Amino acid sequence: MNNSIIDVKHLTKKFKDFVAVNDISFAVTKGEIVAFLGPNGAGKTTTIKMLTTLLVPTSGSVRLSNSDVVSHQEETRRTFGIVFQDPSLDDELTAWENLEYHGVLYGVEKNIRHGRIEELMKFVELWDRKNALVKTFSGGMKRRLEIARGLLHHPKIFFLDEPTIGLDPQTRNHMWNYVVNLNKKENITIFFTTHYIEEAEKVAQRIIVIDHGKIIATGTPKELTIKTNSKTLEEAFLKYTGHAIRDESVSSADAMRARRGMWRHH
Amino acid sequence: MSAIYILWLRQLKRYLRSRSRIIGSLGQPVLFLVALGFGFGPTFQKAGQGNYIQFLVPGIVAMSVLFTALFSGIEIIWDRQFGFLKEILVAPVSRMEIMIGRTIGGATVAMIQGTIVFAISFLAGFRPPSAGNLAFAFVFMFLTAVLFTALGTAIASKLEDMQGFQLIMNFLIMPLFFLSGALFPVDSLPGVLKMVVAINPLSYGVDGMRGALGGITHFGLSTDFAVLSIMAVVILAVGSYLFSKIQL
Repeated sequence: MNNSIIDVKHLTKKFKDFVAVNDISFAVTKGEIVAFLGPNGAGKTTTIKMLTTLLVPTSGSVRLSNSDVVSHQEETRRTFGIVFQDPSLDDELTAWENLEYHGVLYGVEKNIRHGRIEELMKFVELWDRKNALVKTFSGGMKRRLEIARGLLHHPKIFFLDEPTIGLDPQTRNHMWNYVVNLNKKENITIFFTTHYIEEAEKVAQRIIVIDHGKIIATGTPKELTIKTNSKTLEEAFLKYTGHAIRDESVSSADAMRARRGMWRHH
Repeated sequence: MSAIYILWLRQLKRYLRSRSRIIGSLGQPVLFLVALGFGFGPTFQKAGQGNYIQFLVPGIVAMSVLFTALFSGIEIIWDRQFGFLKEILVAPVSRMEIMIGRTIGGATVAMIQGTIVFAISFLAGFRPPSAGNLAFAFVFMFLTAVLFTALGTAIASKLEDMQGFQLIMNFLIMPLFFLSGALFPVDSLPGVLKMVVAINPLSYGVDGMRGALGGITHFGLSTDFAVLSIMAVVILAVGSYLFSKIQL
């Protein structure tokens, strides 16, 4: 038996000649809160996709709660909840329906499900809008609903890929308080990526820094600051990853698609 | 099972909430029914082939089922672009259940469209021999709907953009429809065309419905039933496999 709830070994993802994630290994202990930091295009989202069965690794292995994500897909899918970087709600359904359908897909019993939906929707302050179509929601409301949805089936691990993008400081604060609380109360493991260094500093117990598909540092916020001889975590982050501005948000998969499209049209 | 049910329910709700879709997709079948039915009716009658409306209605119903069923595949591409596909793909549900749920959902929508066309055809003078015949025709309508929804969904699972899907559909739909015996009797076609009709799965749907409604069948009802069922199962299996290969 292994004590880590997330166990990543020599994980690599190649898109043709482009190596998005290059032989990374790390482990996360049950109940830990880990921030995954890196500039745009560093390989964060590709890694999360491999951790959550959306992408098959080129090589290496990922185990969640001791089952392999490639050979035991359904088991591993049951163990985690996720908030994706981009919206993933059905706009034509109501807020309540989005959660209800999720609960059914995850096999949550009806009597538990309905109580849980109410509890979560009240927490994200959407209960009074439960019968509104999601297409009438603002970006922030959609985010909150996705967070509620990700937690509905009591996951052991909660993945959040840039969860606070587009949220105002109040909601952001509120959200992290809840997530930290949840971590304490139910011992849920939290693995998140963010662009806000101060969030990582405040929330995460440990930070993993990735750049160019490689893990370049790992430690508590304090350790990273001391190691690089910096005053703040932000300064430490910039020392690790450099000051150059990266291409905005072209994910590796998009890059691959663009390339394929190019050939198709010629 | 509950996953299949919930995917079915989702598609039904989405359909019932978009009235423009319901009404918009009736235009073409009604036009065909009225223009061809009344236009060719007298000639058909004179040639000794009987009532053309009776002959044509199963073909027009099959056409509306074909259009709705194949095009429901586009919802996969919508889901891909609006992100909901990720939510479905990370769910602890087998890809076979996803494929079946989507197919039954799309097929139900296609059958509602087909039923509306049936209802309209009554206004044009169509009469089934009995209620039992009509019920029997629904069996073939269901198989046709499942087969083509599965086909549309399987194709869409490989595509990323709407334009590509539209192109393939335009390429498929017209030949499938025109070379299915929906509009004319197959028996007197030249040999090559007859063969083309025989490899077109829609022909068996049209033939089955027509036979069930008391018309003359070309292939025989049991052949129609067998061909439609086997093809539906095969395409569902292929679609499930393609779903399991989707990476985002």
